Amino acid sequence: MDPGTKFAVAELTGAEIVVRCLAAEGVEYVFGYPGGAVLFIYDELFKQDKVKHVLVRHEQGATHAADGYSRASHKVGVCLVTSGPGVTNAVTGIATAYMDSIPMVIITGQVPTHAIGLDAFQECDTVGITRPCVKHNFLVKDVRDLAPTIRKAFHIAQTGRPGPVLVDIPKDVTTQTSRFEYPEAVAMRSYNPTVKGHPGQIKKAVQLLLEAKRPMVYTGGGVILSDAAPQLTRLVRMLGFPCTNTLMGLGGYPATDKQFLGMLGMHGTYEANMAMQHCDVLLAIGARFDDRVIGNPKHFGQVPRKIVHVDIDPSSISKRVKVDIPIVGNVREVLDDLLKQLEGQAQKVDQKALAAWWAQIGQWKAKDCLRYDRESKIIKPQFVIEKLYEVTKGEAFVTSDVGQHQMWAAQFYKFDQPKRWINSGGLGTMGFGLPAAMGAQLANPGATVACVTGESSIQMCLQELSTCKQYRLPIKVVNLNNKYMGMVRQWQEFFHGNRYSESYMDALPDFVKLAEGYGHRGMLVERPEDVEPALREAFGRKNELVFLDFITDQTENVYPMVPGGKGISEMILAEDL
Amino acid sequence: MNAPASSPYALPLASAAAMRHIVSILLENEAGALSRVAGLFSARGYNIESLTVAPTEDPSLSRMTIVTIGSDDVIEQITKQLNKLIEVVKVVDLSEAPHIERELMLIKVRATGKDREEMKRMADIFRGRIVDVTETTYTIELTGAGEKLDAFIQALDKTAILETVRTGASGIARGERVLRV
Repeated sequence: MDPGTKFAVAELTGAEIVVRCLAAEGVEYVFGYPGGAVLFIYDELFKQDKVKHVLVRHEQGATHAADGYSRASHKVGVCLVTSGPGVTNAVTGIATAYMDSIPMVIITGQVPTHAIGLDAFQECDTVGITRPCVKHNFLVKDVRDLAPTIRKAFHIAQTGRPGPVLVDIPKDVTTQTSRFEYPEAVAMRSYNPTVKGHPGQIKKAVQLLLEAKRPMVYTGGGVILSDAAPQLTRLVRMLGFPCTNTLMGLGGYPATDKQFLGMLGMHGTYEANMAMQHCDVLLAIGARFDDRVIGNPKHFGQVPRKIVHVDIDPSSISKRVKVDIPIVGNVREVLDDLLKQLEGQAQKVDQKALAAWWAQIGQWKAKDCLRYDRESKIIKPQFVIEKLYEVTKGEAFVTSDVGQHQMWAAQFYKFDQPKRWINSGGLGTMGFGLPAAMGAQLANPGATVACVTGESSIQMCLQELSTCKQYRLPIKVVNLNNKYMGMVRQWQEFFHGNRYSESYMDALPDFVKLAEGYGHRGMLVERPEDVEPALREAFGRKNELVFLDFITDQTENVYPMVPGGKGISEMILAEDL
Repeated sequence: MNAPASSPYALPLASAAAMRHIVSILLENEAGALSRVAGLFSARGYNIESLTVAPTEDPSLSRMTIVTIGSDDVIEQITKQLNKLIEVVKVVDLSEAPHIERELMLIKVRATGKDREEMKRMADIFRGRIVDVTETTYTIELTGAGEKLDAFIQALDKTAILETVRTGASGIARGERVLRV
């Protein structure tokens, strides 16, 4: 926060106050799109240069870009959109951030207070429409409440379980004046999230972990959000336990480490899912046992095991699976305390039992469940991701859209660091990848940013190629083009008798020309032997966006797969077919 | 690959015994707070049997009483989800301990001829008060637990009932237990 603006007292308009608040919060970028209700705010943005504005081409892009910016940094993502359609276009992005607990502040224009409720032009009930997909929202009807409300919004967004917070500001409030004072602190009697884990619970957890014969550590997005990857890595190595990450948790534990079993869940590795099912003590950290992770909770519950669950959100605990030792608190703080207690322990883990457990895991690993046909004459999508990993030395920020390409990216790109893997895990929003990559690139200028996508997903927020041009964002778009909505096609093959209802993408654009039309470079890659050279060339072009259109095998499926409603150990493997 | 017979999307639902609970909530008396609570119940598929709300002696706070039905797991989720709402200050499941529950009913009944005397007697038996009188009707005010109000309605001749309005239950814990900031 800029101390210069914090205590300044002056009579300012609401629009000025908004911009001053953003500056006081240290906001670097606002992702937005102007319109009638926010014109005064845009006017104030124009008059200053502290807060930079990124003009997207559709409000959905603004929300995803702010979201990607937040995921690739440690900051709150900020959006500014107008009333009515500006808001409704933003809803998908807000819901995406909500499902993945991403801290964002969305400022929306509203019709003037006297027009609210009269079906005015570009009016919608913003607070009502967004209520179920925000952590909290506000309608500011009095300019004197504006600064305290924005302060609260930033506070709520980034504390506790993070999430998007929306502030709806009627146009007349942006023209009224008030003394401006940015509150230093926020005190809310109704909102005080627990940060520290209960010491008694942590003690019990340590005891349980030390008594484990077949332990497993399962971690999710909470580790990334609370910046606890170093703590997690220390803990897992100290204990010698196997570790798996959820789709949202990749990068929380180094993927190249020998104790890492890969991602678990619907498209998790055989070894991760089997170890999850058959462990006797499970340490769950910042994860929520959702349907894509443990499958059928009844099936999961058939095997007796003790569960320790660390999460900042009490409602995530014992929601789908009964937990033995709940620990509510910030993951990082709880892990610090766990480590402290473990270090002081004389008792050690039963090494003989642990060795037997690792031997069992070794047998599961030997299935080599991610195996695919490397001799194929058609480009295999997995091969593209493997080469992407090699060419970028595993150091890229990788965003993805939703579908098969997302799963292959998660399976084959080995994330050793947190905040490098950026995808819409909870809501599963196609169109997320490209705008999220813009945010990631702006948060990390000079870094390598790749957007792994498919020909269907990319077309859902394609217009943002124009934004990339305007702000010279040298993103590399890795389009795995199989002319199908691949994941839909896969489900139709497995569960709907090969009836590929509306999942075929006919009349696709020429992506090379399309990229060129937006002023970028496009490359068409059709043969396996061209994959690596093409990637090397594209990633060598540091200052331009390159759209790589890989024509991939249309029939390839993502394995392993746990069918919906099945248990996680009931996987379909490639070899089963 | 054989397609499974049942839907691959379906997940089995929990089927533990559902019980009636009375949940008391202290929340900020702000515009929209009620819709957040109501929206939470509808979005997550929880039952609302009744809901009452009014400001407390501190006008910045509202006290809400929700009667709901659910298994222990569901009630646990309800209280956790309610606590997650930013405007909610405190939540307590009153059913966990001894508590008092009251509901107010106003009931307008036909009161003519020999039924007029009978209606008065019924109101007396249930400790109701006649608060409005016309030549042909009584309006009776009755307070008590929900079952008592149900019993009163049961005891009346259905054709005599012209109109009923009930507030839904309000609850408070017995003894020293209090719900306040």
